[in-house]
Amino acid sequence: MKKCPVSQLDALFASVAARQKLYIPAGEAKTAAFQPWQEGMKLTDALNTVRSAKDLFFPQVENLVNFKVTGKQIEIIENRDPSEPFVVFGVRACDCRSFDILDKVFLCDPVDTYYKTRRENGVIMTLACTEPEETCFCTAFGIDPTDPAGDVSCWMDGENLYLRANTEKGETLLSELPMLSDGDAPAADKTVFDRLPLKNLPLDKFGGEHMMELFKYEKWAGLAESCLGCGACTFVCPTCQCYDIREFNTGDEIKRFRCWDSCMYSDFTLMSAGQPRPTQLERFRQRFMHKLVYYPSTHDGEFGCVGCGRCLQKCPISMNIVKVAKTLGEETT
Amino acid sequence: MRQDPLIPMLAVVTDIRQDTPDVKTFRVVGLDGKKPLIHIPGQCAMLSIPGVGEALFSITSSPTNEEYLEFSIKKCGCVTDWLHAMEPGQQVTLRGPYGNGFPVDTDFAGKDLVFVAGGIGLAPLRSVINYVRHFRDRYGSVDIVYGSRSKADLVDYQEILDEWCKEDGISVHLTIDNPQPDWDGHVGFVPNYVKELGFDTGKTVIMCGPPIMIKFTLAGLMEQGFPRDNIYTTLELRMKCALGRCGRCNIGDKFVCKDGPVFRLDQLDQLPDEY
Repeated sequence: MKKCPVSQLDALFASVAARQKLYIPAGEAKTAAFQPWQEGMKLTDALNTVRSAKDLFFPQVENLVNFKVTGKQIEIIENRDPSEPFVVFGVRACDCRSFDILDKVFLCDPVDTYYKTRRENGVIMTLACTEPEETCFCTAFGIDPTDPAGDVSCWMDGENLYLRANTEKGETLLSELPMLSDGDAPAADKTVFDRLPLKNLPLDKFGGEHMMELFKYEKWAGLAESCLGCGACTFVCPTCQCYDIREFNTGDEIKRFRCWDSCMYSDFTLMSAGQPRPTQLERFRQRFMHKLVYYPSTHDGEFGCVGCGRCLQKCPISMNIVKVAKTLGEETT
Repeated sequence: MRQDPLIPMLAVVTDIRQDTPDVKTFRVVGLDGKKPLIHIPGQCAMLSIPGVGEALFSITSSPTNEEYLEFSIKKCGCVTDWLHAMEPGQQVTLRGPYGNGFPVDTDFAGKDLVFVAGGIGLAPLRSVINYVRHFRDRYGSVDIVYGSRSKADLVDYQEILDEWCKEDGISVHLTIDNPQPDWDGHVGFVPNYVKELGFDTGKTVIMCGPPIMIKFTLAGLMEQGFPRDNIYTTLELRMKCALGRCGRCNIGDKFVCKDGPVFRLDQLDQLPDEY
């Protein structure tokens, strides 16, 4: 394990940024975001960013391909957004887990090469948590916030930043940083576990085995009743991956791009033949069933939620996956 | 250039046949003039015209056709309106094939088959029917029940008359919803006709049509005692990627684009009814 005095953090960031683009969580609590590091930029005081690090690997909008249409002829023109090596520092354990979940979606055959390129180019430096937010529940999904994964795991106390490389990419990065010296981090303070207010989620009933029972559960109507269908939960979610493919006529070429979409929206499944999810009840149910039942059913029981708590903070009607899990998990038989 | 599954290939529409007032059949080949992809009956492909949109269509031609692909498409939206307005020689983009297709070489082998189709629902079944006709000795008896609103709305009517009806061992049962002067065949809805025909319950049923037809035909088949694991249908939901990622065609733990579109009834029983 390596270490670097906290007073040297700016030098460390500068050294990383000299080699490739570096993103760090910066800004005030309500607007904290992963931003390209610049001289003098400080780490945010907020525990986590408003939007997750997913954006760097699966951006909200990205070009797929261009077409030039001339009469009856079509020309396909490569128009991939350029991707270059980058490092993202300060990813929390919950957000780091989200990449395992997204990888299983995008890297299975046939591989999504847009996502894969960014995953290959990106080095993830995680940062261990010492204090939970009141909306945190990562441990419910078996995530240890004090021992995050990633290419490099980091711990910070008042004096030092400790760094441990977990992958070859991580080793390479650390070997290039001259200000690091050998040193072991003090034992992690595991009492953070006890301070997670929402850690006890009754998740035993979820997963593929009880799919139809949970789907037909009558309390969905009450849970979904106030949902506005705004899609804020899907927007801030580190594991939501539904997307739309749209086109824009630049006047010269047709730009085909991919952008985030939301299963919470009424036109998401709308067809000329009808609407398989006609009311907000079906759309609301789809989102939570996907995270807690459908995804685990096809991925060895792994849930599609990491307990980051962003949806709890952002939902305008204070409905969220914790309330859904508690209501369904406790009352189904 | 095709480094990503979302990047299509180019193809050209060489022939357009007006099948019914709102259905046209498009013949598609690659830019080299050859069949652009290999499929199995029941699989689909993404067709698009850049600037208008991309949509998933079932491939109606049989894999045994080695020259081209055909798509029978009903005019009912943005992309299909455009396709209906275009002329032969137009290039389109194509990607696929997608989906599981019908188990023509496994579960269907040696079986007596009953095809039940309504309206444009014949499109995916035509691929299976012509595949079965090509390898006729691999299958038992073949019955085809096909209905539409009127005689003019029967898709592939000429092929049905000239080829299917004339073949030994294939019984074609056509019906239209209402009587009309130039029609001396059966009149009535598909579900009732299937019931009247009284097929042996040991036969394998392959069904595609509007939801209302499926619903009532099924009720009739259940009444007659057909086992649910011997009835097949093919679903269609909105799709953007056809790779199981965009999220639209998700039903329970399945994606229609990659786990379907072909499902057995007993498989559908295990899934939420959001289709």
